[in-house]
Amino acid sequence: MLTADTPTAARYRDARRALQGSEQDDVVRWLQSVSAEIRIKIIRMIDTAQLGHVGGDLSVTDILVTLFGAVLEVDPEDPRAPDRDRFILSKGHCAAALYSTLAWCGYFPEAELGSFMAPLSPLNGHPNRRKVPGVETNTGPLGHGFPVAVGCALAARLRGSASRTVVVLGDGEMQEGSNWEAAMTAGHYGLSSLTAIVDRNRLQQGARTEETKALEPLDAKWAAFGWEVRVVDGHDHAALLMALLPSATGRPVAVVANTIKGRGVSFMEDRVEWHHKVPTADQVRAAIEELSR
Amino acid sequence: MTSVSVPVVAPAYDCRQVFAEELIALARADERVVAVCNDSVGSSNLVEFRNEFPDRLINVGIAEQDLVGVGAGLANGGLIPFVSAAGPFLTGRALEQIKADCAYSGHKVILCGQSPGMAYGELGPTHHSVEDLSWLRAIADLPVLVPTDRAQTRAAIRWAYAADGPCYLRIPRFRVPDTIPADALFEPGRAVTLREGSDVTIIAIGTMVSRALQAAEVLESEGVSARVINTPFVDPLDEDTVVRAAVETRGIVTVEEATISGGLGAAVASVVSQRHPVPMRLLGVNGFAPTGDAAYLLNHFGLTADGIHTAVVDVLESVGA
Ligand SMILES: Cc1ncc(C[n+]2csc(CCOP(=O)(O)OP(=O)(O)O)c2C)c(N)n1
Repeated sequence: MLTADTPTAARYRDARRALQGSEQDDVVRWLQSVSAEIRIKIIRMIDTAQLGHVGGDLSVTDILVTLFGAVLEVDPEDPRAPDRDRFILSKGHCAAALYSTLAWCGYFPEAELGSFMAPLSPLNGHPNRRKVPGVETNTGPLGHGFPVAVGCALAARLRGSASRTVVVLGDGEMQEGSNWEAAMTAGHYGLSSLTAIVDRNRLQQGARTEETKALEPLDAKWAAFGWEVRVVDGHDHAALLMALLPSATGRPVAVVANTIKGRGVSFMEDRVEWHHKVPTADQVRAAIEELSR
Repeated sequence: MTSVSVPVVAPAYDCRQVFAEELIALARADERVVAVCNDSVGSSNLVEFRNEFPDRLINVGIAEQDLVGVGAGLANGGLIPFVSAAGPFLTGRALEQIKADCAYSGHKVILCGQSPGMAYGELGPTHHSVEDLSWLRAIADLPVLVPTDRAQTRAAIRWAYAADGPCYLRIPRFRVPDTIPADALFEPGRAVTLREGSDVTIIAIGTMVSRALQAAEVLESEGVSARVINTPFVDPLDEDTVVRAAVETRGIVTVEEATISGGLGAAVASVVSQRHPVPMRLLGVNGFAPTGDAAYLLNHFGLTADGIHTAVVDVLESVGA
C-alpha cells in the first residue's frame, strides 16, 4: 500500500482552506491551471508506460480536478477516515487521470507516477484499492463502480454520516445493465447524498455511442429512474461546481457532463482511435506543447 | 574455443487473424453464421467480417449479459452465433447466461474468449481470464476448448461450428510457435501425444505447450524421458490417455495459463486420484497477478520451460527417482 506524501498533502489542505474565502473566479482559474498540469502528467505517464487510455483520461480530467480540488471532503493523510466523502471512478480504464489527481492531492508521492504499469508497480492499469490510497474499490470491468457507490451511500445513511458519494461513469459504460439496476436502487431509496456523473464524450472503444447502442435521451432516462438531472459542460469548472452542489430535491443527482474525448490535444479530440492509442514521441511533444500554452 | 550453439527461435503467432479468417470462411459458406460482440469489433478482430457481412455482425455495446442472452436467442432462431468478447467479461460477467441460456437450455452458442489467460498483462487481474477454465468446467453440457496454435485454433472453430451444442473456446493472443502437427486429431475427449516418454508425463495446454516441449528436451539431455500430452479439450478430458500416463510413467505435471483450482490440473488430478494415483504437480496461476506484461507474468508464476523442468525434477524426487 502506498502512503501519503506529507508535504504535498499539507499543501493540498492549505490550498483547500484558502479556497473557502476566495472569489468563484479565482477558484475556477486555479482549477483550470491544475487541470492543465494534470493533463500533462497523464501524457507523460502514458508515454513512459507506452500504454493507457488517453482519450477518456483527458475527457474526465476537469471532472476529477473539480471534485478533488473543490468538492470532496477528503484527507489524503487519512484515506480511510470513516466519514470521508467517497469517490469511485467506475470507468477504471482512466486510471492515469485518477492516479495523477490523487498524487497531486498527496495520497502518494508524485514520483510513483513514473512506475505506471511497470512490473510490480502499485499503479496497475486499473485502480487497486489494496495498493493505492484514495481508491475506494477496484474498477476495470465496466459497470461495477456504481452499485458499490450505492452501497457506500446507503452505509452513510445507516450510520448517520454526512459523507457524500460521487461516482464517475463512462457514457459507453452506461450500456451495462448493472448501472441501471444501481440507478433504480438509488432512486428507490432516495439516496440524496449520491451523485453520479456521466462523462458524456459520445465515444466508446470502437465507435460513437449513438452508433453502437444509443443512450439518448439520457437525461430523461435518469429522470425516469427517480434522479435529479443536471446537464452541464464537463470542461467548464464553474458549471461543474454548480452541478456538484448537494441535491435540492431529496433525490440522487445525475450530472450529464458533456465532454470531448481527448480534450486539450487537438489531434486527439473527438477521435475514436485515441481511446487507447499511444502517442509517438513527436505527438507527445506536440501534445505537451499544446497543453502548456 | 568452445562453439556456441545459437538457439533457433521459432516464429510465434497471435491466433486472432486465424479466428477472423475461419469465421469469414464459415460465413461465406453458411448464411446462418453470425458474429455477436460487445463494443469489441477491433479487439475481436471482426473488422473484416463487418465489412463483408455488415448485417451479420451484432454489436450489443458494452453489455455482456445481454451479449450472451442475445446469442442464445439467435441460436434459438436458427442462426449459428459466434459470441466474441474479452475472456474475463464474457465468462465472468455472463456466467449465469452461459449456464442457463446456453448450456442448460441447449442453445448452440459458440463462446469465443478473446485475449485469454494473462494476455492483457498490465491491465491487471480484472482483465485476466484465468478463472475461466474453473468456472466453465463446472458447467454441464459445455465443452471447454483451449486451442494452442494456429492449426488447433482453426480446428477448434470448425469443430464448434459443426457441434450439436454450445461450447467455450479461448482464442489465443499471446504469441506462440506452431507446435501441433497438422494431422493431429481434434475430437472431444481425445488428447494429442506430442512426445513419447517413459519416466514422467507433462500435460500442457495453450501457451504452455511449446514451453513443455522445451522442458522435455532439456530433460532428455539429462537422461529423463518425458512424455508430453496436449488436451485441447479440457472438458471432456481424455481420461484414458491420462490414466495410461499414470500407469506408464512415474508422475504427472500439468501446466496451464489458468488458476489451478478447477482447470486442467484439477481435471487431471480428479481422474488420476480415482483411477490410478501417482504423484502430481499442478502448475498454473496462484492468486491475483501483480502489475506486469504478459511475458513477465508467465515468468512470475513459473509458467516457463524452467518452471516445468523444476516441477518434473520435484515430482520424480518425490517417488525416489
Ligand atoms: C465489462 C467490460 N466490458 C468491456 C470492457 C472493455 N472496454 C474498456 S474501455 C471500453 C469503452 C468504454 O467507453 P466509455 O465508457 O464511453 O469510456 P470513455 O469513452 O470515457 O473512455 C471498453 C468496451 C471493459 N473494460 N469492461
